[in-house]
Amino acid sequence: MGVVMRKDVVMKKSWLRGAAIALVLGAGLANLGYADTAHQGGVIVVTYKDDMATLDPAIGYDWQNWSMINSLFSRLVDYKFGTTEIVPSLADTWTISPDGLVYTFKLNPKSKFTNGRRIAAADVKYSIERAVNPKTQGPGGGFFHSIVGQDKMADGSATTISGIEAVDDSTVKFTLSQPDATFLNVLALNFASVVPKEAVDAEGADFGKKPVGSGAFKLDEWVAGQRLVFSRNVDYFRDRPNLDGFKVEIGQEPLVAILRLQRGEVDIAGDGIPPAKYLEMKNSPDAKDTIVDREQFETSYITINTTKKPLDDLRVRKAINMAIDKDRIVRIVNGRATPAGQVLPPLMPGFDKDYKGYPHDVAGAKKLMDEAGLKDGFSTTLYAMNTDPNPRIAQAIQQDLAVIGVKAEIKALAQPEVIAAGGAKDQSELIWSGGMGWIADFPDPSDFYGPILGCGGAVTGGWNWSWFCDKSFEDRATKADAMSKPEQKDERFKVWAKIFTDIQMQQAPWAPVFNERRVVAKSKRMGGADEVYIDPTRVIDYEAIYIKS
Amino acid sequence: MAVLLAQRLLQSIAVLFGVAIVTFLLLHYLPADPAALVAGRSATAQMIANVRHQLGLDLPLPLQFWNYISGLVHANLGRSYVQRSEVATLVAARLPATLVLMACGILVEVALGLTLGVIAALRRNGFIDRMVMTLAFIGVSSPQFVVALLLLYVFAAQLSWFPMSGYGTPAHVVLPALTLGLLGAGWYARMVRSAMIDVLNQDYIRTARAKGLSGSRVVLRHALPNALLPIVAMIGIDIGQFMGGVVVVEAVYGWPGIGQLAWQAIQQTDVPIIMGVTMVSSLAIVLGNLLADLVAPLLDPKIRIR
Repeated sequence: MGVVMRKDVVMKKSWLRGAAIALVLGAGLANLGYADTAHQGGVIVVTYKDDMATLDPAIGYDWQNWSMINSLFSRLVDYKFGTTEIVPSLADTWTISPDGLVYTFKLNPKSKFTNGRRIAAADVKYSIERAVNPKTQGPGGGFFHSIVGQDKMADGSATTISGIEAVDDSTVKFTLSQPDATFLNVLALNFASVVPKEAVDAEGADFGKKPVGSGAFKLDEWVAGQRLVFSRNVDYFRDRPNLDGFKVEIGQEPLVAILRLQRGEVDIAGDGIPPAKYLEMKNSPDAKDTIVDREQFETSYITINTTKKPLDDLRVRKAINMAIDKDRIVRIVNGRATPAGQVLPPLMPGFDKDYKGYPHDVAGAKKLMDEAGLKDGFSTTLYAMNTDPNPRIAQAIQQDLAVIGVKAEIKALAQPEVIAAGGAKDQSELIWSGGMGWIADFPDPSDFYGPILGCGGAVTGGWNWSWFCDKSFEDRATKADAMSKPEQKDERFKVWAKIFTDIQMQQAPWAPVFNERRVVAKSKRMGGADEVYIDPTRVIDYEAIYIKS
Repeated sequence: MAVLLAQRLLQSIAVLFGVAIVTFLLLHYLPADPAALVAGRSATAQMIANVRHQLGLDLPLPLQFWNYISGLVHANLGRSYVQRSEVATLVAARLPATLVLMACGILVEVALGLTLGVIAALRRNGFIDRMVMTLAFIGVSSPQFVVALLLLYVFAAQLSWFPMSGYGTPAHVVLPALTLGLLGAGWYARMVRSAMIDVLNQDYIRTARAKGLSGSRVVLRHALPNALLPIVAMIGIDIGQFMGGVVVVEAVYGWPGIGQLAWQAIQQTDVPIIMGVTMVSSLAIVLGNLLADLVAPLLDPKIRIR
């Protein structure tokens, strides 16, 4: 009896609450509502599952800390919000010499660090040298390879980069060893963020926990495993940001974060929507407008080790390309991706929209296997990351390959182990890149070549898991990157487009599978266009997002 | 006593040393290259070699192990590859949360287990006994992540009685402690029940009843203390069980303890953190067993220390 009564009370309560919510909502729709105009103020809550690794701009390189570092520091140049267009930031103006080798920047006189000191040209030189210095153990030093003297600093034989010069307090000059069309993009990377030497010296290796920068926000508090609290930098030299601050709560399972978001306790669920919840939310009229779903510069692919028998036979690599049913794999991820036929993702300049890649053609694949003398197939190994949905995708690939006689044994491992296997020439065979797929560092097609298809990446521990190294393509890539004049831009993208489609048609070192879209969940009070939640270069643009007024 | 203590301490140190060797070797032969991870995806072979040298990973294996052990002696657990922070600092920042959770978990399992066990013993073979034993059976056999998600869904998401996740107020600890304690409570209920049934059949209980003592006095003063002995020994061992349980419970409830730290580190193959948490948990288990060994003779004079 007692139980029955209790239930009754609970039911009544929830009915009352339902009625109250309906009333409030009704009233809200009638006259209040949220007006989607940029509004100054407010603090939002963002959640992530894993601890932030570091906020040191020379070290941080994952998609969680990337946006936060971006908002804590400034760089010489930046991207216009939500686009891939380079705009002035710490540098007010710059000039490029006619031969494309010398870049001279004038610093914004209003810019200062959150410790109060004005930013000088020497800080720019120091910061980039620090990113390249092997003692920093940062992953970004290689991006600055075109600066004269970067190689000496990187191998430890020099303590400074001769190609960076602080001409006077507000002028910094870069000299390049070869023209580099992507150099401004490189200077817009987090790794080129300007840091104050005195703060780095004071904190030593813990600078990443107590960062000092000159960005839109500053870090007020970091409680390990619990939260990071950011507040607006009142001295910021631009008139942003909109928010007074944001609080990042750590250790939240993605599913729990979504439930809290639906109750209004969380504003951005940073890890996105778990696959199990995605369709439910997408189909619910109430939850639909809390989903931000956008393309990004990403391709997920199968790498095929071009140096290992029988995968060194082009016909076999083509057969593998033709055996994969990409539509089925896209269904496995609930349609959160688009089937891919080429290396470059559709958003990337140089994407060839007329090139369709290899068709799904089992009979054609079998014929190629036959021609290669492999009518009875062969055995191989398929590595994949062990987090959902990658093992399921690997199984789908395994089934597709079995149809043409290729018996692939799946090894589902932790991410670092897959990376290690790919970077070992005798070990790598087939690798499903899902969960580690290439997301471009900057919006330029060359970023999809060097580390993952160029000879430079085909080293032990590198990311060129196909071990593809072709001198003729290497020459074409170098020539394309030397086309650094602004008026050559479109021509250069055409050259790159041809390089990528030729690689795929003539060598097929990859089987591109899909371009994954990024999905983020945001609360209803959050305003701003979709592209500030999934920015092409910043991930979440903390500077541009706002609470609706 | 002092000799025994010294002996036990030496044994404990030997156990910890053994754990250190085994985990060190296992993690060393893991097919992942920390230097390549640190150096990042655009690194050249030269950069990877530089990092390997700086991390001391190019030293001969015995020397690497020696460096690790001599660090351990000075409470230096090394530096995390991914978090770029001292492992000792990371563990120390998270240890209090885990200790709070474990203490509350033990409280739940003892309180729940004892109560249910005694009730079942007193109502032996009746309806209540069967209910309690069924519950205990469910508690013992339910995977903790299922229990955690169920409790979270019902009591936090649907009923809003408790916060969904996080740390800081007493309300935050209820569901995690309950999840952690349910498994043990099931065991305890079964053990207490059989121990109580055993004791209640003893002559001295009959004597106590014959003296005219009240039922509750007989149970609480005469029967229960004697039935409790095996339980005390178990609590020490439980600490080891809990060290496994906290990984799951902390992950689901966003509890900022060392279990969550370990879970993240395992996914990222952050070897220094995995080593550090393993060493700290081993220390906790060894200390728990030591404590149980030392406390048992105080409660039961029959257990003599020889």
